Amino acid sequence: MYDFLIIGAGVSGAIIARDLSKYQCRVAIIEKENDVANGVTGGNSAMIHSGHDPKDGTMKMKMNIRGNAMYDDLCRELKVDLWWNGAMVVAVGEDELPGLHFLYNQAKERNIPCTLLNREEALALEPNLSDGMIAAMELPTTGLVSPWELTIAAIEDAMNNGVDLFLATEVKSIDQHPNYYEVNTSKGSYQTRFVINCAGLFADDIYHMVSDSKAWGIQPRKGEYFILDKANPPIVRRTIYPLPSEKGKGVLVIPTVHHNVLLGPSSELITDKNAIDNTYDVLEYVRREVGKCVKNIPMGENIRTYSGIRPTGTTHDFIIEEAPDATRFINVAAIESPGLASAPAISEYVINEIIAKKFDFALKTEPRIERRPWIIINRMSVEEKKAIVATDPKFAQMICRCEHISEGEIVDIINRNCGARTVKGVKRRARPGAGRCQGGFCEPKVVHILARELNISPLDVLLDGDDSILLQGRTKG
Amino acid sequence: MRTYDLVVIGGGSAGLAAALSANDNGVKDILILERDKELGGILQQCIHNGFGLHTFKEELAGPAYAERYIDLVKKQEIDYKLNAMVTHLSDDKEIEYVTPTEGYVHIKAKAVILAMGCRERTRGAIAVPGFRPAGIWTAGTAQRYLNMEGYMVGKRIFILGSGDIGLIMARRMTLEGAIVLGVAEIMPYSNGLPRNIKQCLDDFDIPLFLSHTISRIEGRNRVNQVTIKQVDDKMKPIDGTEKVFDVDTVLFSVGLIPENALSEEAHVNLHRRTKGPIVDESYQTNVNGIFACGNVLHVHDLVDWVSLEGAKAGKSAAHFLLNKIRQEGHTIEMVAGDGIGYIVPHKVNPANITVALECMFRVTRNAKNVALAVYRDGELLKTIKKIHLAPAEMERIMLSKDDLKGCKDNIKIQITEVK
Repeated sequence: MYDFLIIGAGVSGAIIARDLSKYQCRVAIIEKENDVANGVTGGNSAMIHSGHDPKDGTMKMKMNIRGNAMYDDLCRELKVDLWWNGAMVVAVGEDELPGLHFLYNQAKERNIPCTLLNREEALALEPNLSDGMIAAMELPTTGLVSPWELTIAAIEDAMNNGVDLFLATEVKSIDQHPNYYEVNTSKGSYQTRFVINCAGLFADDIYHMVSDSKAWGIQPRKGEYFILDKANPPIVRRTIYPLPSEKGKGVLVIPTVHHNVLLGPSSELITDKNAIDNTYDVLEYVRREVGKCVKNIPMGENIRTYSGIRPTGTTHDFIIEEAPDATRFINVAAIESPGLASAPAISEYVINEIIAKKFDFALKTEPRIERRPWIIINRMSVEEKKAIVATDPKFAQMICRCEHISEGEIVDIINRNCGARTVKGVKRRARPGAGRCQGGFCEPKVVHILARELNISPLDVLLDGDDSILLQGRTKG
Repeated sequence: MRTYDLVVIGGGSAGLAAALSANDNGVKDILILERDKELGGILQQCIHNGFGLHTFKEELAGPAYAERYIDLVKKQEIDYKLNAMVTHLSDDKEIEYVTPTEGYVHIKAKAVILAMGCRERTRGAIAVPGFRPAGIWTAGTAQRYLNMEGYMVGKRIFILGSGDIGLIMARRMTLEGAIVLGVAEIMPYSNGLPRNIKQCLDDFDIPLFLSHTISRIEGRNRVNQVTIKQVDDKMKPIDGTEKVFDVDTVLFSVGLIPENALSEEAHVNLHRRTKGPIVDESYQTNVNGIFACGNVLHVHDLVDWVSLEGAKAGKSAAHFLLNKIRQEGHTIEMVAGDGIGYIVPHKVNPANITVALECMFRVTRNAKNVALAVYRDGELLKTIKKIHLAPAEMERIMLSKDDLKGCKDNIKIQITEVK
């Protein structure tokens, strides 16, 4: 019997698991995909918003502001990259000025650092802002994090400290008993006192396994993006927002912790929760819209497109509550933007404001096992490189020529408690395939390393999901 | 820190020819750094024949062509390192490379030849819509899996782009038992060599859809379908022209891009069109003592021209080390006129032309029964009749020392109509 069973290994579930691992309790996470951070968490803008934007009084506002303030500690403890690159909200044309001033006043009232800039002041900071830009607001407490790195780090940390992770385990039904829940999955049943529903796009489906409530639902809303190659100097240093509209925050220009640039997202309501495709018309829309705020965008440096799906709630706010009709069943649902920024605050709220009322938390007495950071050769000094190569020459066998990633780094991220099992899993952790050649040179090598380390045939190596076999047989004699 | 006279970055066709030529011209302290497990570069995965017609007057397979150069490198005892990737190059020619046997090594070079080759443009770069499942590769990656690793990437294949690697792979996959349902090319003409269209598509009844592109890729885990559409003259897909193919694999052969991350780190200026370094008649870049040749400089159609260019760069590097490159005189620009994409070298000091200057260039459109006109400072110098010009094929023009005599400012080449 678990005390807490978390459904969904996205960023919300991962951080809740990690925070629960500080206490004397039994915790498990179950995830239907074969890797963590493979749903909503894996397809968004990778931003920590300042909290200037959500409507007054919403959970989104409260969680965003509090979460933003928690990020320094969180990333230091988990040894995860964090870059407070700052942001600018850009007004294009006189008719956008009232909107800019509204946001400025809102940020001021929330004690979020912000500065109004005229055109010249804004250009001095970001020379590639568009010719139509007439004023801007700077938001220095806007940051960037890799949602994969953060989520995987939180799960590694949780597992180091006693949390169980079950991948490729899909919840089929949930039986409610007087003192516990029986969660029936594709791989057997789990008994738990609490269910924490962090199932992202499928949170409403999971909730409906114990409830007939129509109080809220999930409307999938797709966002499509371009990823540009690293550039020196970068096209922008800060994240550039247009003025938001009723459709969302608009099409942004977003640096990443790895010095790429994201262009996006679009925002379309869709019906298929798995439709992470790109479409011609929407990519064209993003291409057009992105020029509104930023000029000189080198579209020829595009290396990839992707899309992510936001789990927009029908109430247009986060749902973070014990279900009114199912005791000890906690919904953490409709966590769309600013969900990443809010994640640490959501975990804090779930534990302190919801669970603590029904569970006697006692801190563990044994010392925590700290998470070992990923090895990144490319950032090491000459002495550090020499030292690590002395431990294993695989750290001097280069696999990825674009990002300078060694075999040793890839072997390390496979052989961890939440290690990579697929080519995409390797890419999310160590980044071979994330560069400009998109795996053209390194993928065959990564396939061989995966096969060797997992002791499987290269013919069984997966790109990503369970049926995503890469190689289709041996060649003739 | 060990200082070499010459470091050649890349042990493919360009680098091997460059090292051998530098050696022949008196440079004895040479190091070739090759990141793969053997010398030869991409030739090693090109097991089809057709290499060496110009250089050796016979048709060789890629590995056999490479072997001739590798044997000479070994015979001449030119030093080389395998599994050795250069991680840093500075403009004062300091190099960091890494190998499993030596770890991270720092060396210096009096001269450097850039011969890193090119990479393939990807599906992501051209933003083809649809899903992103398993079963999508560049043609070259599929070629590596097939010819070097011994694995089939799929059984029912569609290919986007009629570049030579795509065409070669259409034939190779067919011979290996796969069904290639078609090749789509967004341009109204093929980007591959005519002989490859004939031998790789026509001979196997593989349809080529000109002015078509893939408009969608379907499949959540593995590719299961592609849709192609005809494009208009602005390359925009036309609704209502869809053709659907049930396939498990899509290969992309949509262009090659010179691999110049190291060049940029060393502050080498790149050309807008070629995406390779801007070089002079000695194949020297703007950075003193750094030379470039082969596909890192501009993408070639035949390996023979790569070897030839490598040899010229190697000889020039030798002259540089022996202080034989003349600094006096003035530089003239090589100007790409109407119908010409670029000309290599990009600029020329005639003082260093001993016999003739070979200009290599690509045209930007198909043309029949036209002429290439060469202008010296705006005055027509000569015209050369051409029955056929195509962007897929590299063109060469030799200009004699006399042709350049008296030139003050520029030489321009353009396509003109034949009267």
